[in-house]
Amino acid sequence: MGILEVKNVGKRFGGLQALSDVNLSIAERSVHAIIGPNGAGKSTLLNCLVGKLIPDTGSVMFDGQSVLGRKPHEINQMGISRVFQTPEIFGDLSVLENMMIPCFAKRDGAFELNAISNVLSQKDVVERAEHMLEEMNMADKRHMTSSSMSRGDKRRLEIGMCLSQEPRLLLLDEPTAGMARADTNNTIDLLKQISEERDITIAIIEHDMHVVFSLSQRITVLAQGTPLVEDTPDNIKGHPKVREAYLGETQTAA
Amino acid sequence: MLGLNKQDTRLLLLVVILTMAAPFILNPFPEGSAMAQFNAGYPDLMQRFVIFGIFAIGFNILFGLTGYLSFGHAAFLGIGSYAAMWMFKVLGMNVLPALALSVIMSGIFAVFIGYISLRRSGIYFSILTLAFAMMSYSLAYSVLATDMDGPDKQGLLQKGLTGGETGLQLTLQDPRILGQQTTAEGNIPVPSLFGLEMRSAAELNVGDWVFTFSAGYYFAAFVMLLSFYLSIRIFRSPFGLVLKSIKSNQQRLNYTGMNPKPYMLAAFVISGMYAGLAGGLMASMDPLAGPERMFWTASGEVVLMTILGGVGTLIGPVLGAGAIKYMENILSKINSDILHTWFAFLPDGLEDFVVAIIYPFIGKGWHLTLGIIFMLVVIFLPGGLVQGGQKIAGMFRGKKAADEKADGKTTPAE
Ligand SMILES: Nc1ncnc2c1ncn2[C@@H]1O[C@H](COP(=O)(O)OP(=O)(O)O)[C@@H](O)[C@H]1O
Ligand SMILES: [Mg+2]
Repeated sequence: MGILEVKNVGKRFGGLQALSDVNLSIAERSVHAIIGPNGAGKSTLLNCLVGKLIPDTGSVMFDGQSVLGRKPHEINQMGISRVFQTPEIFGDLSVLENMMIPCFAKRDGAFELNAISNVLSQKDVVERAEHMLEEMNMADKRHMTSSSMSRGDKRRLEIGMCLSQEPRLLLLDEPTAGMARADTNNTIDLLKQISEERDITIAIIEHDMHVVFSLSQRITVLAQGTPLVEDTPDNIKGHPKVREAYLGETQTAA
Repeated sequence: MLGLNKQDTRLLLLVVILTMAAPFILNPFPEGSAMAQFNAGYPDLMQRFVIFGIFAIGFNILFGLTGYLSFGHAAFLGIGSYAAMWMFKVLGMNVLPALALSVIMSGIFAVFIGYISLRRSGIYFSILTLAFAMMSYSLAYSVLATDMDGPDKQGLLQKGLTGGETGLQLTLQDPRILGQQTTAEGNIPVPSLFGLEMRSAAELNVGDWVFTFSAGYYFAAFVMLLSFYLSIRIFRSPFGLVLKSIKSNQQRLNYTGMNPKPYMLAAFVISGMYAGLAGGLMASMDPLAGPERMFWTASGEVVLMTILGGVGTLIGPVLGAGAIKYMENILSKINSDILHTWFAFLPDGLEDFVVAIIYPFIGKGWHLTLGIIFMLVVIFLPGGLVQGGQKIAGMFRGKKAADEKADGKTTPAE
């Protein structure tokens, strides 16, 4: 059984059946990609996993526990971290402060009234955040206001923030969308390194075939809200149904 | 020092010195001179500076750090005043238990009002807080002001809990079980700190200058310094950091495993308790509490103070409170006769013309001046008076020094 088990999930927006009968099993310590044309329902599926949306039907189990009905912060505390399509960071805060927030969340849980002691006196959190910044090669930027960084650096910071919580499952929604090739390659390398070095499962939604084939061990193709096929990258490349539904027009571009 | 870094310590020391020396600093003009009406060093006004400073410091913990704009914080000011008055009536005239009850009662109300209002954000949050404050106002004005004693009795609750329109006053019949019911002369006793009367004051004459040292002012200033110190600690704490992150990106915080709700509620309650403390101090300086203290204009005033001084800065709210209270009390006293004496050196026609131009902006028209200053600050100095101060300091010391200061002392939370 996989670390994440999605069974018969359906989601309807008014007249639109965005997801129907989605079954998905993600094996522990694998990199699993979900691909599909625009509007296939990839983001909707991801939102059902992190508590942003509640599916109309079906179940979502993480490590044997249902995530349905739990709030986003509760799901995060279970061990699922999420990276957004456009980097979501605390733009007004410094890079170091950005990194400290997830470290506080990891140490203190969803709420802790620690209103008198100085942030910098919390040595364990500061060290952990500094350490993570070094791992992300961002230590020199620690005092920058995070909103002033490049998009690639924001993405890097966001991934670092997620990793600092040592999640068991990392979800990424098109992490390279809108990025220059160099930033995209950096992000791929970073994700490769993460998946090799850490005890972590990665589920990635991606449009960019280059990213998908160089990263993942398994691929699920989603089309019109239902999984079309699920297989290894090599088999997916040659799959006639996939070529027809999806790859036909993008492979030349990739 | 005191768990603060160098720059915060310097700021705190500066504020300590300024508040302690305020009777001198605010009275720069000799008595009887033409400029004497710009002196602000009299106890009543100085007390208001620091009390509204406390109110604004607390408001800034909510608005400055989290970005949630409460439009009903005056409710807590009023609750604090009524609570203190009841302590004076029932227990005795010592201000400490009165302030304790002010803080506790406003805290309890803040839990309730905050819990409901924080179910919404943005403008809906503001409207909910406004609605609660106006409900509190009408409760105080009429509902809770009915005779609860029974018509044939003359007891404590004769005018209800709040005293209605005229406000809650002390009477000779109040029990004051731990203190004296009446003074030896048969008067109502006055608020005091273990016998030190809040209204007592000493005067110092230096040449033509008169400096007044009021016990009430120094007590209120001491409380303000404590409040200010506490707010620095909150700003620099992990809790303060989470509040800033709520303002910056609440979505990210949610997906980072923190629950913004209890953080918001804690910030709301803390700032409500600051307001209650300010209300209790008001009653301690002048033992009277009326419903107008909860009116929506009073809630708006603290918003203006905070924005004028600098939202999210440490010292800004205090400056804003001082600036507005100064204008309210000094500008409003200037009348056309005074203007005529100032401009008497001009030829008659020109004198009348200049006076006619300035006249709408003084006296009752001081709101007009406040409005213009407020607009200028918001448009040209979005960081408030603090940003203005930094710009001026920057011009003197070169740009680099100003940037350093901006990182440390008065980092805006945005
Ligand atoms: N909150 C929503 N309300 C209504 N329709 C939505 C909502 N979110 C997504 N949709 C619709 O559901 C479909 C799937 O969207 P999405 O999951 O974002 O696709 P993808 O991420 O695969 O491009 C689209 O047709 C989209 O317009
Ligand atoms: Mg999408």
